[in-house]
Amino acid sequence: MGKSGKQNKSAKTVIPFGPQHPVLPEPLHLKLVMEDEIIVEAIPAIGYVHRGLEKLTEIKEFTQNVFIVERICGICSVMHAQAYCQGIETLMNIQVPDRAKYLRVIWAELHRIHSHLLWLGLLADAFGFESLFMQVWRNREKVMDIMEETAGGRVIISVNTIGGTRRDMSPEALRKVAVIADEIKEDMKELEKVFMADYTVKHRLVGVGVLEPDLAYEFGAVGPMARASGIKQDLRTTGYAAYGELDFEPVVETGCDSYARTMVRLREVYQSVDLIKQAIGKIPDGEINVPVKGMPKGEVISRVEQPRGEVLYYLKANGTKNLERLRIRTPTFANIPTLLKMLPGSELADVPVLILTIDPCISCTER
Amino acid sequence: MFEMIGSILKNLSSKPATRKYPFEKRPAFKNARGQISGIDIDQCIFCGICQRKCPADAIKVTKAEKSWEIDQFRCVICGACVEVCPKKCIKMDDEYKTSAYTKETYKAVQKTATEPQAAKEA
Repeated sequence: MGKSGKQNKSAKTVIPFGPQHPVLPEPLHLKLVMEDEIIVEAIPAIGYVHRGLEKLTEIKEFTQNVFIVERICGICSVMHAQAYCQGIETLMNIQVPDRAKYLRVIWAELHRIHSHLLWLGLLADAFGFESLFMQVWRNREKVMDIMEETAGGRVIISVNTIGGTRRDMSPEALRKVAVIADEIKEDMKELEKVFMADYTVKHRLVGVGVLEPDLAYEFGAVGPMARASGIKQDLRTTGYAAYGELDFEPVVETGCDSYARTMVRLREVYQSVDLIKQAIGKIPDGEINVPVKGMPKGEVISRVEQPRGEVLYYLKANGTKNLERLRIRTPTFANIPTLLKMLPGSELADVPVLILTIDPCISCTER
Repeated sequence: MFEMIGSILKNLSSKPATRKYPFEKRPAFKNARGQISGIDIDQCIFCGICQRKCPADAIKVTKAEKSWEIDQFRCVICGACVEVCPKKCIKMDDEYKTSAYTKETYKAVQKTATEPQAAKEA
């Protein structure tokens, strides 16, 4: 601080944001260097929820690791297990039965719906729209219930296993999933109007946190962050699991701001509903898993599209029951640099919304 | 504006989305993974597969003692033990309850063959 009053005018203050903050579901710490109300620089600090899960996977057997990687993140547990299983299956040349592939798609898309609804609710909460938050979460409860009914768990549903899935869905269960998917679509059609047209919502979102397409590309944004900046990037188009046989187009918006990111996630809910219904229509009969024999050997990179974007699994196995190395790059890790790029120049009051639009999952990032 | 009135009326007339939990409970879904409620110890052959497959190291099987133990606080309720059990004697409850009030482990000991009467009574 300068001694004279004149110098104080442009003095910079550092405001710590997080790790405990009402808007943050998980501990992310940002040191915000402020000049009056405008942010000049944001310095991130993470490491509050590191659990050493990557190291743990080296001690446990490769079959047990499915349960460990699921627990990296509650909101996208299915996709974590899916990425891991697909990696091991590639290493061991296991042909997953078709029915299992479709079941994986159905559960993964249910998970995507629940993740996006959770995020839409949290966003509404972040800009102070409590009743919208509660209505979105009320709709989300239907997805949680159908997941518990079909898979046995609300959040960590533990359906993936190496070689297929652990549970099957009966025709009645599939019909019920389709009915619930339709209901979600109807419910969201009602709430969609609020997100799309409400004055207060638009006031807090439009033009806030603009991320230009070339910047998003340069900083390696993934998932809805990239798609809201007009980058047509969706790993599901690579056709893993049964996605190659389903008809869909990545949801792309060109607004580049927080509003565009909200729209991407909102439209992805409908896309997931559509994918679930397509998968239920096409699902073949047959086995749901194949027995696993032998040990994995070699190294592989396995990628899966999570609700937050691309997750990358690097697996190195040496022919024993333990893996030599498991490295995970999660979507939030890829999106934090873009957040640090968006923050300078914005106002302090917009920080909660900006942090939420990258859909931060800190427990994923730190593992 | 009219839409808002519509949803206000709808919310006034509809039932609440929440439940008065301790008094009104939602029935558990069939086959949900609630918690490992115990073991049919007379069926157990003490092969120890469940102990080896448990990702959380919650189960302890002692062949000499003929005992099967689970630490409910370590258990992550993945259901791997139930799946791999060759005798299918580990029981999974479909309702989650508070696992324990104290940190005591659930322990089941099989009665030895010298006292078959006692095993029957138990």
